[in-house]
Amino acid sequence: MAMPALRFDRLGQVFETRSGRTEALRDVSFDVARHEFVSILGPSGCGKSTLLRMIAGLLTPTSGSVEVFGLPVTAPRDDIGIVFQKPTLLPWATVEDNVVFPARHKTGRVTAEERQRAGELLDMVGLSGFEKRLPDELSGGMQQRVGIARALLMDPDILLMDEPFSALDALTREVMGFDLLRIFSERPKTVVFITHSVSEAALLSDRVLVMTGRPGSILTEVNVPVTRPRGPETAKDKAIHELSDHLRDLLLNRHAA
Amino acid sequence: MSSQTISAISSSTVMPRESEASRTQPALLKRVTAWPGVTTAIALIGTVLLWEAAARLLSIPTYLLPPPSAILGSFSSIGFERWAGHIGATLRVALFGYALSIVIAIPLAVVMMRSPLLSRTLYPLLVVVQSTPVVAIAPIIIVVLGAGDAPRVVITCLITFFPLVVSTATGLAATPPELIELSRSLRASGLREITQIRLPFAVPYIFSALKISITLAVIGAVVAEFCASEAGVGYFIQLSTSLFKLPQAWAGLFVLAAMSLLLFQIVVWAQKLLFPWSLPKNH
Repeated sequence: MAMPALRFDRLGQVFETRSGRTEALRDVSFDVARHEFVSILGPSGCGKSTLLRMIAGLLTPTSGSVEVFGLPVTAPRDDIGIVFQKPTLLPWATVEDNVVFPARHKTGRVTAEERQRAGELLDMVGLSGFEKRLPDELSGGMQQRVGIARALLMDPDILLMDEPFSALDALTREVMGFDLLRIFSERPKTVVFITHSVSEAALLSDRVLVMTGRPGSILTEVNVPVTRPRGPETAKDKAIHELSDHLRDLLLNRHAA
Repeated sequence: MSSQTISAISSSTVMPRESEASRTQPALLKRVTAWPGVTTAIALIGTVLLWEAAARLLSIPTYLLPPPSAILGSFSSIGFERWAGHIGATLRVALFGYALSIVIAIPLAVVMMRSPLLSRTLYPLLVVVQSTPVVAIAPIIIVVLGAGDAPRVVITCLITFFPLVVSTATGLAATPPELIELSRSLRASGLREITQIRLPFAVPYIFSALKISITLAVIGAVVAEFCASEAGVGYFIQLSTSLFKLPQAWAGLFVLAAMSLLLFQIVVWAQKLLFPWSLPKNH
């Protein structure tokens, strides 16, 4: 059995604040295989983002551990990219400069090769021809595409996506989902995808982890029984709809309880 | 808005032709008044005309309220060279003080942002300095620092300093937290976080303070000139009032106002030219 890309072992996070102690996560254990797409679905405030920050090495767990390719995470790593909920681009920089920003920020310079990569990535996310535009000339969906291209610049093996489409309108959101399927079929990545949307989780993932409310822990995990490649046709698949209903029931029952 | 006021002031110095207004048709009137600044200019010209008429008809003594024509007359009687000397002196102090203030305030804001301890220590002191009336400290500073531009520059710096520090610090802290996380995830240096993320994000904040501070800089220079100096527009106003030459004092006042507006406008232009992205949308 191959080494998992990510391994969570009885992970816990407690925040000590002036108003008291908040347990954000408790006893979270799961593995993510290399090039697997795992969605994390759960109510607001269940510690999904906290989980992501611990993988990224931005937050140290108070108990348990996160391992990336067999090594405990102690600091941010080069092979992890992050896509945020909001695009958070630099408003003064062109689309191309925003995509190469990680290189400039990390090393102080941008190589010709990185510029070329940026061009390829922009092409892949459907933004060729927009290289010299400024972010506020772009729609929300296009901005988030730039955000995705930026996260892929350093060709990370692992991509963390924190509700990347939650700020978009329903139609754009659906299109972005299909684009993501295409992008990852071209360049396979290990993806941890946080979302509130059951249909999005069902369509995109190999596996969906459903979390409970605070303190967050894994309620159950569900495999998505649909083969790849997937596309717009997959969204109409009966299995996807049944799975969405099942996931929705899990979340709602949990809420009612 | 300020550009309108400037054009209004300059157009008010030219004698208006009022006969045209009576011949305008309603549609044309609507079109003309839609131009930026036209209504302000008309209001200003009207005020000046009323003022002139009141001063002449009610024969108000010149030392109480000189008519605009007398003020205009004193502009030319002073002569270009004397004006240039006074304006130059005030401008020099205002700009040096302003520059000094920027050079100190922005790095200080960065340091305060990086060190909460320093921020907690310095912030109350800054508030104390800001709360002390500059007009009251000015004579003391002049005694301590002696003659020359140094005390005037320091006074100007003191008056312009606070808005710059506070605004810059606010701007540095207003950076989207995601970008700071991105910076940390790239393990970039703290210096790059400041120069490539925080400072550019603070630009709109810094410029709103720069706009406030440039007008304060003129005030600072004038306050300093009131206390002790032998040149400058502030000094000129004080001298003129002490000699009861009120039209001259008024002329000085207009020069100061024009100077302030022009400097303000230059800062606005600088922002437009250098950081067009930092301006509010739908501009």
